[in-house]
Amino acid sequence: MLVIINYNLGNLKSIQNMIRKIGFESKITNNIEEIRGATKLILPGVGAFDNGMHNLKELGLISVLEKEILENKKPILGICLGMQLLTKKSEEGTLSGLGFIDAETKLFKLENTYKIPHMGWNTAKPIKKSKLFSEMENQENRFYFVHSYYVDCSNTDDILTVTKYGTEFVSMFEHENIIGAQFHPEKSHKFGMQLLKNFLENY
Amino acid sequence: MTAKRIIPCLDIANGTVVKGNQYRALTPIGDPLKLVRRYEQDGADEIILLDILATPDAQTPMTDLIRLLTPSTFIPICVGGGIRSLDDVHALMDAGTDKVAICSAALENPALITTIAKQYGSQCVVVSIDAKQDTTRKTWLCFSHGGRTNTGIDVLTWAQEAEARGAGEILLNSIDADGTGKGYDIKLLKAVSTRVHIPVIASSGAGTLAHIRDAFSVGHADAVLIAGMLHRRETTIQAIKQFLLEEGVTVRC
Repeated sequence: MLVIINYNLGNLKSIQNMIRKIGFESKITNNIEEIRGATKLILPGVGAFDNGMHNLKELGLISVLEKEILENKKPILGICLGMQLLTKKSEEGTLSGLGFIDAETKLFKLENTYKIPHMGWNTAKPIKKSKLFSEMENQENRFYFVHSYYVDCSNTDDILTVTKYGTEFVSMFEHENIIGAQFHPEKSHKFGMQLLKNFLENY
Repeated sequence: MTAKRIIPCLDIANGTVVKGNQYRALTPIGDPLKLVRRYEQDGADEIILLDILATPDAQTPMTDLIRLLTPSTFIPICVGGGIRSLDDVHALMDAGTDKVAICSAALENPALITTIAKQYGSQCVVVSIDAKQDTTRKTWLCFSHGGRTNTGIDVLTWAQEAEARGAGEILLNSIDADGTGKGYDIKLLKAVSTRVHIPVIASSGAGTLAHIRDAFSVGHADAVLIAGMLHRRETTIQAIKQFLLEEGVTVRC
């Protein structure tokens, strides 16, 4: 069973709704036993970095996530803030991130003509092969973004897609079983649905 | 490059989609669930639902309708009408809303913008402005309660204050242009979008494809709201996007 981790931030039902539409079951939970029993995980989230880390800690989820992801190598997809929490730290907060990926989260520093948050439908261009983009290679994939901070990967090998907004930033990373998406697949209609389907079926 | 957004707007009165004309004379259009489905299939980038009677009639937001809608809608949903408190926002977010649009309540209690932004982030707060040109025709004033009450507040000042207080977007309606089909109030649109650094959604008055293009190319809008043209099936979102592509505007296909 796929588990959507509920740490009291963000709209979790919309992810579950899309997964159901694709034809899979999922569970929204913060129960440690259920997370241990999960086949794969989604770490969603909308909100502030420190709130996210604080809630994960309060719920006692950090050590179970370390074990399931780093040792048991369960596939995890971090979405938006969830992606950022997988990094080591963020300019948005003072708490340490989960640090599952060698990356840091930074604030956009763009010319005045670029509005922040970066909001709307933008392209994500894959720069390496991935099962996440099966049947999506020959088209322009646009996803729904809404964020003010972005992930900066230390290892370019980890970068899966890049997106242009004033600068070029990492819109997805993939390092072994650890995947992050800055955009919201669950709000990205047919493109998001195909991507989530690939995560559900190919991992 | 972020795509310019095409956002169908559903004005809701007593659970039915209606179309107004300068905020009067409501014509019934149809079932909200069916219309959302149609527009999502047609390529809508987002959907806005506004309960136009909730504030004037002192009703609560249309949480039940949203709850029916969200399980099968996979684009962002913005909801407005009757939102007065953080509790109202909680209820809508719990029902699966992505953004809330506030108008009258923000004018009466500007701190509400900050309260919602702190809890859910700025991207969640759309400040909706009902603008009407003042009698001297030099500036525009904010109206509240579904366009019924003149607050006397200057639109440009208010847009800047809304941004400073944490609004993530401005939804800019023109009472003068609404339902006329003669085009967006481009002067108003340009004045607001060049003064704020958050996205501005152009609303009211679209009648032709050229009007939509002008909102982007002349008015500097980030998104356009379209109601009547789509409700009356004068065009489709696909046709609008095809036209915009040919005119050099980036859209999602």
